[in-house]
Amino acid sequence: MDRMHFGEHSSSQFNEALESIRNNLMEMGGLVEKQVVDALQSLLQADSALAEKVLETEDKVDKLEMLIDEECTKVLALRQPAASDLRLIIAVTKAVSDLERIGDESAKIARMGLQLAEEGESPRGYVEVRHIGNHVRNMLRDTLDAFARFDAKKALEVAAEDNEVDLEYRSAMRSLVTFMMEDPRAISRVLNIIWSLRALERIGDHARNIGEQVIYLVEGKDVRHISVDEIEAKLKK
Amino acid sequence: MSVNGARIMDTAQKIDDKTPRNETPASQSEGEQAMDNTTRYPDQTVGNPFVDNAKMRMRDVDVFYGEKQAIHGVSLDIGKNEVVALIGPSGCGKSTFLRCLNRMNDTIDICQVKGNLHLEDQDLYDPKLDVVELRARVGMVFQKPNPFPKSIYDNVAYGPRIHGLANKKYDLDEIVETSLQKAGLWNEVKDRLHSPGTGLSGGQQQRLCIARTIAVSPEVVLMDEPCSALDPIATAKIEELIAELSESYTIAIVTHSMQQAARVSNRTAYFHLGRLVEMNDTETVFTKPEHDLTEAYITGRFG
Repeated sequence: MDRMHFGEHSSSQFNEALESIRNNLMEMGGLVEKQVVDALQSLLQADSALAEKVLETEDKVDKLEMLIDEECTKVLALRQPAASDLRLIIAVTKAVSDLERIGDESAKIARMGLQLAEEGESPRGYVEVRHIGNHVRNMLRDTLDAFARFDAKKALEVAAEDNEVDLEYRSAMRSLVTFMMEDPRAISRVLNIIWSLRALERIGDHARNIGEQVIYLVEGKDVRHISVDEIEAKLKK
Repeated sequence: MSVNGARIMDTAQKIDDKTPRNETPASQSEGEQAMDNTTRYPDQTVGNPFVDNAKMRMRDVDVFYGEKQAIHGVSLDIGKNEVVALIGPSGCGKSTFLRCLNRMNDTIDICQVKGNLHLEDQDLYDPKLDVVELRARVGMVFQKPNPFPKSIYDNVAYGPRIHGLANKKYDLDEIVETSLQKAGLWNEVKDRLHSPGTGLSGGQQQRLCIARTIAVSPEVVLMDEPCSALDPIATAKIEELIAELSESYTIAIVTHSMQQAARVSNRTAYFHLGRLVEMNDTETVFTKPEHDLTEAYITGRFG
């Protein structure tokens, strides 16, 4: 971790460019985190105003994504970054697309919130949404934290958390499907909850992806598409 | 800035601490043991300075200019048909080291080279060795194109003539043509082989010098910043040429352009203050270098 000294280039403009990229990434991360929290809130409390706010934030997130990509392109073209600088740029460009997707998923949840506010509450599933929602929210916070501090260990923990979220999602799905079979009149409303859970599960995947980029950034190892145990083994090498 | 400087000083200090240059015990300086690379320098150079199919093996190379030591115990291999890039900040000893490999340092009176340097089984500093012969086996291309004030033809034919590689005009013609072709210059000069070499453009002159170097069929070609006086197009041509030449020759190149090192070489050696800090696959050096100093240099944090 002591290897990550992004502010020490001979060229102060290079320092500033990397600094700006990191700041914008953190701003985008903050915005998306807020989006997830608000989307959950709007669904759980049937708050349409808050849901609308989530949808409005999307535009801002998209603009930041494009801004950061442009900054990264510029650094690649003008500075030919190498080693940790190169890994930072690669990790950031991948992380922003995951963040943008997380924004999209929270917008989905907000839209489900709007529908449920109109149609009336679902008879089931809120406990699961709250539980998995909190879990995923923490993962997102931790993965952004890991990025800010170049903390590969924390990023690995996020990857491990994702496995739990997947389990929770599957078990929630089973119980909701069983419920729909028992009470077909509630299918449309329960489906809204199911889509929201699906979105949350996807957010967990994206948080894990960002964590994998942090590991690449810090350790220089590509740990995508392998299990947590395999990641650990690879990092020990 | 001062904080920055302090950190670099600190890391530089660290490597000094890590790599104490002990006096080499006499028993290690000869024979098999000198070639054993696994146990001798646990802390010195990080990465993989040694290869199995080495064309040139250098061990414990120290170079002094008078009292001043310019190179401290550098050990590395250059593999057969491999392109090795030597990089590092000015004054780090990379050119000095390169010049040891065909004894160009002999021309500097106060320069003294110690250690084991071998081209295959040939000790480069064997007093009985004919240096002219050695330089035919290990050719060199310099920073500034330096064609002889002769015709293009004679520039290339000069080496084969003095080494007696071709006796008949017909043989010589063929060597000149193939050398110029390998250097990618034939098509541009075939109609004016007897006009002066100095009349060519800088990039063409450099390729002429490369043709002159390879005309004597060397085994190793050393290049000391061969592109630093050339424009990007000429540079690209030389780099392309390096890739082609590496099929038949072993190449060591000193360059100030890190991108160039990244583009042309298989392995990269990073020198710092006369020490070999790291030698690794070029890809490793440029994506995940092992040593802090390498990282700092290639990302532009000092130098």
